[in-house]
Amino acid sequence: MTDSNPNVASNGHGVAVAFQDMHRWYGPVHALNGLSIDIAPGELIALLGPSGCGKTTALRALGGLDDVDQGRILVDGKDITNVPTNKRNMGIVFQAYSLFPNMTARDNVAYGLRLRGIDAAARKRKADETLELVGLGQQAGRYPHQMSGGQQQRVALARALAIEPKVLLLDEPLSALDAKVRRQLREEIRRIQIMIGITTLFVTHDQEEALAMGDRVGVMSAGRLEQIGPPSELYDRPKTRFVAEFVGLTNRIAATAQGGTVNVLGMAVPLLEGSDQSGPVDALVRPENVRLTPTDDGDARVAAVSFLGSLCRAQVTLPDETLVVAQMSASDARGLYPGAAVRVSVEPAPVFAVAA
Amino acid sequence: MSGLPATQMGAPAPEGGALIVAPKGGGQRQRMTRGQSIARVAILVVVLGYLILPLFAMLEFSTRGDFGSRSLDAFAAILGKQDLIDSLTTTLQIAVLTVVGMLLLLVPTMVWTIVRVPRMRRVIEFLCLLPLAIPAIVLVVGIAPIYRFMGQNFGKIGASPLTLALIDIVLVLPFAYRAIDASLRSIDTATLADAARSLGAGWVGTIVQVIMPNIRAGILSASVLAIALVLGEYTISSLLSFNTLQVVIVVLGKQDPFISVAVSFSALIFGFVLLVVIARVGAARRTNRQVEEPAV
Repeated sequence: MTDSNPNVASNGHGVAVAFQDMHRWYGPVHALNGLSIDIAPGELIALLGPSGCGKTTALRALGGLDDVDQGRILVDGKDITNVPTNKRNMGIVFQAYSLFPNMTARDNVAYGLRLRGIDAAARKRKADETLELVGLGQQAGRYPHQMSGGQQQRVALARALAIEPKVLLLDEPLSALDAKVRRQLREEIRRIQIMIGITTLFVTHDQEEALAMGDRVGVMSAGRLEQIGPPSELYDRPKTRFVAEFVGLTNRIAATAQGGTVNVLGMAVPLLEGSDQSGPVDALVRPENVRLTPTDDGDARVAAVSFLGSLCRAQVTLPDETLVVAQMSASDARGLYPGAAVRVSVEPAPVFAVAA
Repeated sequence: MSGLPATQMGAPAPEGGALIVAPKGGGQRQRMTRGQSIARVAILVVVLGYLILPLFAMLEFSTRGDFGSRSLDAFAAILGKQDLIDSLTTTLQIAVLTVVGMLLLLVPTMVWTIVRVPRMRRVIEFLCLLPLAIPAIVLVVGIAPIYRFMGQNFGKIGASPLTLALIDIVLVLPFAYRAIDASLRSIDTATLADAARSLGAGWVGTIVQVIMPNIRAGILSASVLAIALVLGEYTISSLLSFNTLQVVIVVLGKQDPFISVAVSFSALIFGFVLLVVIARVGAARRTNRQVEEPAV
């Protein structure tokens, strides 16, 4: 599958990247199975998938840290498949803390500049500027063991950006951080990425992160790209069963498909492309598309209600004992409590269906 | 914050976490019984006695003078024994070559194994530990023809006692491997190497500028072990007829036991001082990197 997004605005610093039919075997494991992606200059692509799906292998191949057995990698139109890592000029932020423990934050950031023969004064100036960019101007003299995990990853980002790389590669850089720091840092990374306009490949297994950060999100499974597209498209119009089940929360509700529509809880809704089109199916319905109406003659029962701030999530047991999750605004959840009788229906939004 | 009996949540950390405060009064130190204290002191005395008594005996023997007096003549005589000075110089040169050769062989190999071929780690470990299982006499029997060949074909260099460094490198591998491996395991070697290479460093730069400074403790330990092994190695030098320090000490012992013991004593003290100096250098460099402010 090849796809590109020409609509991403670039400020001129970004370069185009292309994976062309890449294959990688680790013994019997086919880690990359014909992966092809075109990344537009300045675009941020998030690769999403479960562990072992090949997303990190793809990133490491682009960074030159792993070889590919077949296929090509083009950066700015040039084939870099066989160029060694240290000649690729890629900035990489790793999942594990990767700052050099024997160097201060400033020395870490200046390391790549030193290798490029930049004189000491210019190195220091550039390192300080880059640390300022990630909000750590005051921490330049600290060693990694004197910084928190979030600060270390910011320094790692500054180190990767200081060399003015062609492409920025982020290999699950937030996965070791706590939830609040993750959110702060991902917004900061996105802000800086847009400001610099650098082409970025971001690998994560966190859907929220991928959907929040990516211009486009690529979902991978077993070394293949299942679907790539803008986050809303991926969420609303999944093209494969894997994407429909993997991205976002989904209810599986027994239904009957016929002639491009599916009858779910008494409502005929259109089927998405790629769905099973006839016979008994499981309709994959998003929680926000499930509607609950409190009524004394309702045949479903509320099992639990979770308060999520501005939203509420209710678990409801259908007469056939199927458990369905519904999501609504907190104000719409008034009247819902465990044991309450409700009537369940679905919004007429298109759904994906898989054979039951 | 109820339900946290062991720790208390402290002030908010700068990035939204919370600092963990150690509970006051928790984990009270166990009081030692009188019997345990006595046993502890007794063990200490026995161990120190075991280590110090032979040294004391050597010192006592080597400082015996005429008619029950004390004399440093045996120590002073060391400087007059040219063959002893030569053997000491040779042994120290072998030690330096062994340390350099061992580090050049082992550090890049181990780093490469971790970064590029991690499945070979067990094989490398097995190969490095192999010399422990081979008796010195078997090694000599196997290696003697090679030394004969070197002596016949490589002139002065081939016949030099400094070639002993080649076999000493093999002998020190089991100990040096363990020391360096422990240090490499304490850092994320593969990620650091990947990071350095992605920033533009070649393999030499990665090892010298990034990996080696962070495994300094392991390198120092391996070096000390290598020096100690070379200073104490006798069997192979003797069987290959090279005059190293231990060989000359044994020869000297047959001629003048006082000087022989004085030399042995001096060599032990030299090794001890070297160990302390290297350990202190390592500790001093670590201390220089410490900053008093707490980690945030």
